[in-house]
Amino acid sequence: MSAVKTGRGWAVIGVPYVWLLLFFLLPFLIVLKISISEMDIASVKDVLTVQNGAIVLNARFSNYVTLVTDDLYFSTYLSSLKYATVTTVLCLAIGYPFAYFMARARATIQPALLMLVMLPFWTSFLLRVYAWKGLLTEHGWAHAVITSTGLDHLLLRAGLIPGEGQLMNTPFSLVLGMTYTYLPFMILPLYSNLAKMDLRLLEAASDLGATAWVAFWKITVPLSKAGIIAGAMLVFIPCVGEYVIPELLGGPQTQMIGRTLWDEFFSNNDWPMASVVAAAMVLLVIVPLALFNKYQAEANEGRA
Amino acid sequence: MRAATFNRWFGRGWLSLGYAFLYLPIAALVIFSFNDSPVPNVWGRFTLKWYAALTSDTEILNGLWLSLRIAFFTACASVVLGTLAALALVKHRRFVGRTLFSGMLNAPLVMPEVIIGLSLLLMLVAAQKASQAAFGVGFPERGLMTIWLGHLLLGMAYAAVVVQARLKDLNPQLEEAAMDLGARPWQVFWLVTLPMISQALLSAWLLTFTLSLDDVVLSAFLSGPGATTMPLVIFSRARLGLNPSVNAVATLTVALVSIGVIGASLWIARRERLRAADVAAAARYA
Repeated sequence: MSAVKTGRGWAVIGVPYVWLLLFFLLPFLIVLKISISEMDIASVKDVLTVQNGAIVLNARFSNYVTLVTDDLYFSTYLSSLKYATVTTVLCLAIGYPFAYFMARARATIQPALLMLVMLPFWTSFLLRVYAWKGLLTEHGWAHAVITSTGLDHLLLRAGLIPGEGQLMNTPFSLVLGMTYTYLPFMILPLYSNLAKMDLRLLEAASDLGATAWVAFWKITVPLSKAGIIAGAMLVFIPCVGEYVIPELLGGPQTQMIGRTLWDEFFSNNDWPMASVVAAAMVLLVIVPLALFNKYQAEANEGRA
Repeated sequence: MRAATFNRWFGRGWLSLGYAFLYLPIAALVIFSFNDSPVPNVWGRFTLKWYAALTSDTEILNGLWLSLRIAFFTACASVVLGTLAALALVKHRRFVGRTLFSGMLNAPLVMPEVIIGLSLLLMLVAAQKASQAAFGVGFPERGLMTIWLGHLLLGMAYAAVVVQARLKDLNPQLEEAAMDLGARPWQVFWLVTLPMISQALLSAWLLTFTLSLDDVVLSAFLSGPGATTMPLVIFSRARLGLNPSVNAVATLTVALVSIGVIGASLWIARRERLRAADVAAAARYA
């Protein structure tokens, strides 16, 4: 407390605060302004109405109207949400048991197990995504395994690939790439949550007659809710706006909103439209983002 | 008993498959960087020619030099700003706009990079226009500095998470003791707090360095003519198809990162042991 009075406290808070206002919040307000600045009526709204928040929802602006009425944009939004959701569910399905078994492994090998999850995270994300290109194109290892086991028939029937043996540039390769990339982001918060769990609760449940399975669903899963939410948000939010993976592994059927923004900006040079797409994307992730921030604040400051 | 054995083997199997999934692509990258074959993903025979080609690949080398400089500046600045932000959040439980502050700090961790890149670029363009009108010089010019600004936003968030985790585990009594013994706040910070969080600062530095070295999207938005970072070169090649030079770069990256991470964690573990020994010795005298 005394630090605040002496003035040092204000420097500690003030410097990063001003920095973030200047380079995070202000740029975003400029995006909102540009997204409505190319209206058919040339009058520019003043900034205060832009900050109002409701502006984004307001469909009177021509670019926003295009976004809602144009089928292409709308279906792109839906498919981004779809792929992000599928990826999140897959990451949870693979990552939860993974984190669970990690947390229940012998204490001496847990640091090594943790290190092995983090190591791929340190090596280039771009290169690891590129690696799947080699694995999934014809003659690649994963391609050989999938076609020889007949898994591609299943994928074909599920509508994830257009034809037998065509694995690259399909919804399948996209989801695989995103699941692969974001799996560690699911595992890490789940692991730190599960490792902290008080195992005596499970013993108590077992003493009271609960089977291991019942104890798992009634005690372990509810207690790890915070980890599940954090992991899901860490996967879902970046996936919605992912650009590199759809560009490298996706195909013509897998249009995603991050790619749309990129094309509007770099190919069409349509800055206002790119801004509209960005603003709408924020709208899409604002609730998950708030959830994530709440969790992050609790995780960072929970123990005083 | 039988259920327990099954559980144990199921657990081991699941973990092994999981790790195989995580490491298979990396192994493939490394193996095929030594591959001499007309089809890039079919094994022909062993060669080092892709590495030899790399030494004269000016596009990659120039990109690497630029990327290394940006990553260095990003890591240094991220650790400073991230530490300040972490101190602000850990030491000051209440101040005006605290929720907004932590929200802005954490958002870049998950925010799609296309949004951050686009918004930062549009602001920098606006700033450039304004300075052109006012002084006749367009500042900031797109290039190293603008990419650095973008990476810094991301790096600061990651650094703050790492440092915060360490700060909140610190024993506040040590700082209080120093203050009781007459140390000024800045002395407490330099002599007590900083040495205790030095491992966290090192991990944060390494993490933000690799993040910056790896970034594609922010760099693409914020780079200017002639400022092509290495990931941008790799990305443009990877887009076109399989390219063994990319595998060679990948192998070198994997090797360097493994050495760096393992070295750093050994160093951190050693510091941790020495510190524990010091604490035990101090406790004996007390």
